[in-house]
Amino acid sequence: MNILSLFLKRNTAPVARERLQILLAHERAVVGGSDLVAVLREEILAVIAKHMQIDPGAVRVKMDRNQSLSTLEVEVDIPAPSGARPGDKPAETAAEDETPKAKVA
Amino acid sequence: MAKVLVVTSGKGGVGKTTSTAALGAALAQQGKNVVVVDFDVGLRNLDLVMGAERRVVYDLINVVQGDAKLAQALIRDKRIDNLCLLPASQTRDKDALTEDGVARVMEELKEKFDWIICDSPAGIERGAQLAMRHADVAVVVTNPEVSSVRDSDRIIGMLDSKTLKAERGERMEKHLLLTRYDPLRAERGDMLKVDDVLEILSIPLLGIIPESQEVLRASNIGQPVTVSNISSAPARAYIDAAKRLQGETLVVTIPADRRAGLFGKLFGRRAA
Repeated sequence: MNILSLFLKRNTAPVARERLQILLAHERAVVGGSDLVAVLREEILAVIAKHMQIDPGAVRVKMDRNQSLSTLEVEVDIPAPSGARPGDKPAETAAEDETPKAKVA
Repeated sequence: MAKVLVVTSGKGGVGKTTSTAALGAALAQQGKNVVVVDFDVGLRNLDLVMGAERRVVYDLINVVQGDAKLAQALIRDKRIDNLCLLPASQTRDKDALTEDGVARVMEELKEKFDWIICDSPAGIERGAQLAMRHADVAVVVTNPEVSSVRDSDRIIGMLDSKTLKAERGERMEKHLLLTRYDPLRAERGDMLKVDDVLEILSIPLLGIIPESQEVLRASNIGQPVTVSNISSAPARAYIDAAKRLQGETLVVTIPADRRAGLFGKLFGRRAA
């Protein structure tokens, strides 16, 4: 440590405060996003339930957010109707993107 | 009407157990019927901090699972008549706590006590969520330090979404308890100030507990700091915080321990 650095030594608390403000602004948005997923899940469930009988636990919504690509993944299990042929696909998967670059999940 | 209070923080080691013991004792010293409940299954410590470690026979999990009656598990404090401890289990797994079982115990406690203070485990997992589940009031214990503030922010989010109160659409009453605060270092600009933390977390301030050797001395001998040295700075801060919890409006101050004399100035610095 030289003499100059003794004089230039900065207070550290303002740095801590600024780092926290930036970080928490970001983290609160992400946590808010998980609420969005819950809302989406409920509404998607309600729409599908209007047209067919589904198990409320059989809807999975997943959102991944990255810098270049974000995906919304919705997976719904549709129970086989009584008397369905074996081999009917039990599940349907759809993927939608928020960005033009498409990625099918 | 009984009040359920959770002492929580997210981060470990910030003073949840110390604060649970001190606030519980202070409320009891102010004439309330108080029970402090340890939710830290597998890592119980509230019994040790309260000096009751050799009197534990049954614990919260025994009561939850119906192996013991609540009255058998409650340990009455030897110094304060109207203060009880419900210890956690040291040997069992956290999964032994069921949501229904905890709900049943809480209902039973509400009939006997004015204040039920739940000492949350660190973290944001099941144990912490069960501890906050039934709370009417939350005390968020925070150190003026970045990782603690960040974790407190996370816990505040959970208090607003994962508790029964939040699920019923009611507002959870949350208070900040700033612990291990050193006004000199804050003044020098090397510690987050009270206002910085308040601005970031934006919940009302319950109290500021100054950094003090009295806290360690109290836990060494197994007494809440409000019992071991009632006139010490942290004890006065906890006593005021307990009064605020009961609705009193008091100006928040940062109590200071007696100024060190010449001897303390010469030799006391080594600990800093």
